[in-house]
Amino acid sequence: MNIYERHDWKMVPSRNGFGRALTELAERHPELVVIGADLTESTRANYFSEKYPDRFFNAGIAEQNAAGMAAGLALTGKIPVFSTYGVFAAGRAFDQIRTTICYSNANVKIGGAHGGLSVGPDGATHQALEEIALIRVLPHMTLFTPADDEETRKATIAAVEQINGPVYIRFGRAPVPSITDESTPFEVGKARIVKDGEDITIIACGAMVAESILASEILERDGISVRIIDMHTIKPIDRQAIEESARKTGAILTVEEHQIEGGLGGAVAEVVVRTYPVPMDFVAVNDRFGESGEPMELIKKFELDYESIARKARELSKKKA
Amino acid sequence: MLDDNDLQKYSEIARRIRFDVIKMTYHAGSGHPGGSMSIAEILTILYFKHLAHRPSEPHWENRDRVILSKGHACPALYAVLAEAGYYPRDEMWTLRKFGSRLQGHPALDKGLPGIEVSTGSLGQGISIAVGIALSFKHLDNNHRRVYTILGDGEIEEGQVWEAFMAAGHYHLDNLVAIIDNNDLQIDGFVSDVMNVHPIFDKMKAFNWYPIVAEGHDFNSLNNAFEQAKQVKGMPVTIIAKTVKGKGISYMENVAGWHGKAPNRELAIKAVEELGFPQSALDKDIAK
Repeated sequence: MNIYERHDWKMVPSRNGFGRALTELAERHPELVVIGADLTESTRANYFSEKYPDRFFNAGIAEQNAAGMAAGLALTGKIPVFSTYGVFAAGRAFDQIRTTICYSNANVKIGGAHGGLSVGPDGATHQALEEIALIRVLPHMTLFTPADDEETRKATIAAVEQINGPVYIRFGRAPVPSITDESTPFEVGKARIVKDGEDITIIACGAMVAESILASEILERDGISVRIIDMHTIKPIDRQAIEESARKTGAILTVEEHQIEGGLGGAVAEVVVRTYPVPMDFVAVNDRFGESGEPMELIKKFELDYESIARKARELSKKKA
Repeated sequence: MLDDNDLQKYSEIARRIRFDVIKMTYHAGSGHPGGSMSIAEILTILYFKHLAHRPSEPHWENRDRVILSKGHACPALYAVLAEAGYYPRDEMWTLRKFGSRLQGHPALDKGLPGIEVSTGSLGQGISIAVGIALSFKHLDNNHRRVYTILGDGEIEEGQVWEAFMAAGHYHLDNLVAIIDNNDLQIDGFVSDVMNVHPIFDKMKAFNWYPIVAEGHDFNSLNNAFEQAKQVKGMPVTIIAKTVKGKGISYMENVAGWHGKAPNRELAIKAVEELGFPQSALDKDIAK
């Protein structure tokens, strides 16, 4: 039996939330335009392009130019949303995002699709495991890593309606558990406390939030009380929530579908060492490239699954002073 | 044809731009004089004849846009902006200094009037220009025009050809890309380092309307800019034949003057060659 079924979780790709948000925003913001790079359906930008063809521009397979064009559109008062796979957005167009978009603080929103291992069978070339590191070092940038479809919708709406400047939204391809609904609060830069606990904090992002919830159920059976945080905004990161978690639980485990260096774990550690140092550990892809396989197979192989998270959490809690 | 009065006026402006570039880079101790000299006439005819703009109202909504894709040539841009009255001339001598609005490459966040966007990483300005032109033509349906200036070495960047393809695809006849064809880049002759020719045929193949102009001849440039306004349905490139370091004997056609400021002796020589008194080099410089 699929573990997710126990929870009654609906399985929906988070990219759907991105597409839904675009059409919703289109009505309210005539200045919203969308730029694609030949992956319009994959990123769900097609929800928008089919309804608003006059406000959609395909840049073709040319991400560097797409990023620059987006900046140009922003300079004329439009709100451009550029979407493609995370590897191409954050990787191939990195200097364009850095120097043209961020340095000029252009009001460009970037939809980084297929984040993590969620593009499974396509293999390492298309599995984006580096964007958090690449994007969070950029001044003026806001980085969202929403947990599911609905949170991706909210993050995309916030990117357009609450932030005047560059935003990167990282979301995935494969269906993932819907763990939030319309009534779940989403506040930019404010971590979402999924559940409170006493013995250890798990700070996760993206689909790893659901995986962490499953891990916490195993841990709680063993008498370990777990606090879970959905860190949907990695930049600016919620320092207060991190410090509070360190003080309260005395140990922090981060969980992400990303390289171990420079990602969510690094971002959290940077806050922990400067506020209230406690033992930490990281569940992440351990400095290696991905490979072909179904996302869940890969998540197991790379030890990002709930059982691996629970194991690491248990070990970490033993290190507590 | 431009009349003699106009020619004299524009020649004077270009001469002052060259002088300002020498003075700015000399006092900065660094900068890019070579590629600034090669665009002095281009900027002059653009800002003083063809551009719709209001220097006293830099954010005027109906202005045309200028994007200096070859951002390193900003000393020439800063000079023409001062000449047009965008900001006080004295501020020019702060180029590249701590706290200056005249950064080593154009910086939007420093707020120098007339700077539309930050550029300097080559190949990126053209994409920005394409985005602006796209917005004007296909969303706002206005008559504003977008001018961008690229170096011939710059077009070695792959992104430039992505942008050229997009501009042709979207029929951006409100976009003019001027290629400063001085045939030199840092490592030597463009044709030796990485041959970009034939530019004319490439632009045609990318669905652009190419025009060749003599880049230091005001009549030739003026005709090219006039002709560009008549072209419908495709973007225009003006391939301007220029000389790197133009106007300074020891700089002309020498790649070494791409990114190096003249020392005192050479700065004085340049000032004199341009017909200014030696004393002008240090006038109004804060000690």
